[in-house]
Amino acid sequence: MSTALQRTPLADAHEAAGAKMVPFFGWEMPLHYGSQLEEHHAVRAVGGIFDVSHMTVVDVVGPGATAYLQRLLTQDVATLKVGEASYGAMLNERGGVIDDLIAYRREVGYRLVVNAATRDRDLAWMTEHLGPDVVLTERDELAMLAVQGPEALARAQAWLGAAAPAVDALGAFAFLEAGDRFLARTGYTGEAGFEVILPAGEVVDAWAALLAAGLKPAGLGARDTLRLEAGMNLYGQDMDETVSPLEANMGWTVAWAPEDRAFLGREALAAQKAAGVPRRQVGLRLEGKGVLRSGLTVCQATPEGGWAPVGTLTSGAFSPTLKEGIALARLDAGVPKAAALAVELRGQFRPVQRCRLPFIKKHS
Amino acid sequence: MSDIPAELKYIASHEWVRLEADGTVTVGVTDHAQDALGDVVYVELPEIDVVLSAGDEAGVVESVKAASDIYTPLSGTVIAVNSTLEDAPEQVNSDPYGDGWFFKLRLADAGELEELLDADAYAEVCDAEG
Repeated sequence: MSTALQRTPLADAHEAAGAKMVPFFGWEMPLHYGSQLEEHHAVRAVGGIFDVSHMTVVDVVGPGATAYLQRLLTQDVATLKVGEASYGAMLNERGGVIDDLIAYRREVGYRLVVNAATRDRDLAWMTEHLGPDVVLTERDELAMLAVQGPEALARAQAWLGAAAPAVDALGAFAFLEAGDRFLARTGYTGEAGFEVILPAGEVVDAWAALLAAGLKPAGLGARDTLRLEAGMNLYGQDMDETVSPLEANMGWTVAWAPEDRAFLGREALAAQKAAGVPRRQVGLRLEGKGVLRSGLTVCQATPEGGWAPVGTLTSGAFSPTLKEGIALARLDAGVPKAAALAVELRGQFRPVQRCRLPFIKKHS
Repeated sequence: MSDIPAELKYIASHEWVRLEADGTVTVGVTDHAQDALGDVVYVELPEIDVVLSAGDEAGVVESVKAASDIYTPLSGTVIAVNSTLEDAPEQVNSDPYGDGWFFKLRLADAGELEELLDADAYAEVCDAEG
């Protein structure tokens, strides 16, 4: 059985630009426009534009909105001022990650941006736990672009128009609304730049104007290697409902204070913290040439000179910037920091180095 | 439509073979293959002097997308490998029939050349894959 793939308002523009279109969780999206590597380098060197209109935007309004989100999310939205956003997650009762998301505090209510891949599960969960005096509205009439790179803001000045100085002045995770443009200093590449949510009818012109300013179209392929270099998780690979945020380097998104804030999953998470988190996410770099891939087994050297499995690569790639294999891995918490590690690659145990995240310095 | 030079021979796993004037052969992957792989980031080549039988794994090509085995279309001894691919694997994408070659063989049995696909037959293989 197959259902027709949804197309964003930019699908024709992608095809005109030579995109290789691929199915992506119910959407037909650009994988690349010829060379994923060139798009990656363009974003790191100058700036790129990603069509992320497949992302799910949900507005949360009503007198009960704050109380509702205080129960739904790991972050404490009560600490957000109007024009501020924060990254966090929705957890199930076992403390597993239902989705990661960004919550924006607007003048009226909140806006959540969640993953396309988890849309149905998210909306069902959000509806199931809906509090009193809250209205959820999915904004599927809106499109979304990510404009990322060291020159992203400079090159977007003309398109931003009168809003340009204000957008320039925003700090990370701050946003503003200028007419029907929702402009946020967020992203998924580790570069400076912004994301814009705007009416679908305006996105084709926006795309054309930003391309004319010398920004390069970039596809899902480059988006994946850019976010991995920046040490950012991908839902469904680096975490899912069987993984707690503490096991996925997302502990910093969990607001434990105030102590009486009973967010969903809190009890399970607190119990895991008290008992000791069983697995930890780490960054790994492959020694020598080659590529790391998700799903490969990570092993620790044994005293007998063998290798014992201690974890799995959750995301792996060839880093176009570092020109080496890099990966996020989930390892047993008992593995010492200094342990000699290897990844089993085509029958060989190839040494890997544990490293700090992100793999590259961030400029966001 | 991918480029399938008429003067080369092919196998269905998307390797090409060029018979050189001295009777040796050069092997690489086709334009169709490099396009399907996407940007190539790493190539593992066979050792010089290794003896291979037709259909043996002779190396690995890794793209941004996936790792794929490279098979030798013919039996013989590896007499040269394209070591420039170690630092410039993108040559597989930019020039699959030229600078992107993988290895050269001294043939064990020149008669095996008759079993390879010509350009038309290989084009049908590509069409069938869509």
